[in-house]
Amino acid sequence: MSVASEDLHTRGSGREVHEEPGGHGSFRGYMTGFLLSVVLTAIPFWLVMSDVLGSPRLTGIVVMGFAVVQIVVHMVYFLHMNTKSEGGWTILALIFTLTLVLITLVGSVWVMYHLDTNMMPADHGMHMPAAESVPVEPGTAAPPPHQHQH
Amino acid sequence: MFSNPDLQKLLFGRLTLDAVPLHEPILLITFAMVGLGGLAVLGGLTYFRLWGPLWRDWFTSVDHKKIGIMYIVLALVMLLRGFADALMMRAQQAMAFGPNEGYLPPHHYDQIFTAHGVIMIFFVAMPLVTGLMNFVVPLQIGARDVAFPFLNNFSFWMTVAGAVTVMASLFVGEFARTGWLAYPPLSGPAMSPGVGVDYYIWALQIAGIGTLLSGINLIATIVKMRAPGMGMMRMPIFTWTALCTNILIVAAFPILTAVLAMLSLDRYVGTHFFSNDLGGNPMMYVNLIWIWGHPEVYILILPAFGVFSEITATFSRKRLFGYASMVYATVVITILSYLVWLHHFFTMGSGASVNSFFGITTMIISIPTGAKIFNWLFTMYKGRIDFDVPMLWTVGFMVTFTVGGMTGVLLAVPPADFVLHNSLFLIAHFHNVIIGGVLFGMLAGITYWFPKAFGYKLDAFWGKMSFWFWLTGFWFAFMPLYILGLMGVTRRVQHFDDPSLQIWFVIAAFGAFLILLGIASFIVTLVVSFLKREELRDLTGDPWNGRTLEWATSSPPPDYNFAFTPVVHDHDAWWDMKKRGYVRPVSGFSKIHMPRGTATGLILGMISIVFSFAMIWYIWWLAALTFAALVVVTIGHTFNYARDFYIHADEVVRTENARTALLAERV
Repeated sequence: MSVASEDLHTRGSGREVHEEPGGHGSFRGYMTGFLLSVVLTAIPFWLVMSDVLGSPRLTGIVVMGFAVVQIVVHMVYFLHMNTKSEGGWTILALIFTLTLVLITLVGSVWVMYHLDTNMMPADHGMHMPAAESVPVEPGTAAPPPHQHQH
Repeated sequence: MFSNPDLQKLLFGRLTLDAVPLHEPILLITFAMVGLGGLAVLGGLTYFRLWGPLWRDWFTSVDHKKIGIMYIVLALVMLLRGFADALMMRAQQAMAFGPNEGYLPPHHYDQIFTAHGVIMIFFVAMPLVTGLMNFVVPLQIGARDVAFPFLNNFSFWMTVAGAVTVMASLFVGEFARTGWLAYPPLSGPAMSPGVGVDYYIWALQIAGIGTLLSGINLIATIVKMRAPGMGMMRMPIFTWTALCTNILIVAAFPILTAVLAMLSLDRYVGTHFFSNDLGGNPMMYVNLIWIWGHPEVYILILPAFGVFSEITATFSRKRLFGYASMVYATVVITILSYLVWLHHFFTMGSGASVNSFFGITTMIISIPTGAKIFNWLFTMYKGRIDFDVPMLWTVGFMVTFTVGGMTGVLLAVPPADFVLHNSLFLIAHFHNVIIGGVLFGMLAGITYWFPKAFGYKLDAFWGKMSFWFWLTGFWFAFMPLYILGLMGVTRRVQHFDDPSLQIWFVIAAFGAFLILLGIASFIVTLVVSFLKREELRDLTGDPWNGRTLEWATSSPPPDYNFAFTPVVHDHDAWWDMKKRGYVRPVSGFSKIHMPRGTATGLILGMISIVFSFAMIWYIWWLAALTFAALVVVTIGHTFNYARDFYIHADEVVRTENARTALLAERV
């Protein structure tokens, strides 16, 4: 349907509809993407199953790092993301999306951390150590430490 | 009804005859009036044999102009409902003092303020904005339709389905009693076990699909379908604001969908995303819903800014002052609108660093907005201003909105917000910017583009009546609320003890009455203008001596908008063409490729209504059936290959020759 209406649009102006270059990937591109994805999935699997790094926290961080790389691989090889497609609109949209996702995630974590520290009752066991380790900023509305401990 | 309760539960879920509120006289009267009105409309349609044209030319049409008009009709109908709620609240608060309990019990009053907010934002302001963008944007960029014409029709019917779901709550069951954002734990299963919150969730989810898809559609249209020569910096300002608004829609609405989906899971399957125990956190709901909610207010106001930019330039007979700065201001607002959401809950307990960050970003956002106001003022400066009705709305907006903006900056100061949070001061502030900004903008836009849509201008006398009633009504209705808010009166209160407050509520109720006259005058405008349409007829297609491309074609435009795609050399493309002595081509027409209408959008919308009704009332078999039907109809539609047709060259020649004759007659 979009093709039809694009056709409508350009008809009469004498401009021809032209195919975007590199709109569809090649066999080689898909295979590269597939192999990279397999490798990037297998390594984290191995890291978790054989407990190579010895620390669950470190393993978690490394696995998330691999996940990010894998997202990039998918976008480049399967979604054909590059700086030139659609006259740069795709990459612009991607940058915008990433900015907003970052704002949403970082903002939410920051806000919820504050709310949790300031508002949760002190006997909320899970959050206790975190609450203690927060350096109290000047002027923060957080109650003094002794109120945390009753 | 049934002797076997299990069978009844299987067939009807939690729906029983008690759900129909036969014991509430106010609702019974509403029901009777809606029923009679509905019968009158149906009878009229049958009597005048309008069913066929209505079905063929409107309901199943994929023409962006028809869909835009239908969005606006939906918004005006829902405005009547939302405003009826407002009148009831004002009447209740004006009388419920001391021994007088008023006429609305809390149970009913709480539903009314929730419904008022939900309807005014989602089913009045949003359809007005979407409708205006739908109608104007393709014409302004010289396109024949939007990028995805069927999707447009589908989006419209999903919005209608959401509106019908809200309206159904009046007559079957109840609506939410939670306020328009339904914060948990109040909206959770423990505190709101009834169907009210479920009506809220499903109405917004279904309408949200429509909004999101129409956002994608308009972005694709603006990015891909501009006339040759129209670079980004030659787009009319309204198209620029439409682009930014739709980007905001696509970025923000999925957050609303996700947060409502999590609330539904809490309510339907017992998860604990937003409960107080088992790791849940209701504050996360507030945080997430405002990450959608703050961009939402800019989704509404940006197109209004676009409308004012077009109107100010047209009626001052001048090029818009500071086109580039207007574009940059719009883009900056688009991005900044994502960095201010916490100012809606300063009081929830964040520390000084968080509160001051969001307070400062909020104050910063007023800078590009202020730049826009100055741009409009400088456009008017030394212009030859025509104070036609659209321009009146614009000047009314500048005065009113500036006051609303300043009270907004006041609220952006966290310590001040600690005093004013959830007070009537806040209520006055956001009505000040939404009525003074969005609503004035949309009414200005409707008056401005009405001759383009229907071929005749709106009657100026009744238009002015409507404007002055709205403007004075607004000030009477909301200035008392600022004062009450400063005195510490909070929002959503059904009964007051202090009699000294009553006078302010009476003044506010008087203001609401003036606004009622404003709405009535607007309806009279529509009727009177229809009766005087021959006198008000616009034969040129350019009744205001306009500047942008939509005024280059006839009023109303032919189905194909432009027989030849215009070529653009300036951001005031049509003004530039007129200046360079543009001669309209009168020959050489060829056949035109057009999208074909389809009923699929309407069918999907109607099935969605039944689906949401079944989900709300736990009628699982019907929910499963309708969901399957949605999937089947959607897949079935992909096999429909009869999606386009050609308007014959003969017909194009006929249409264009008729216009040539009309234009020659005038000279």
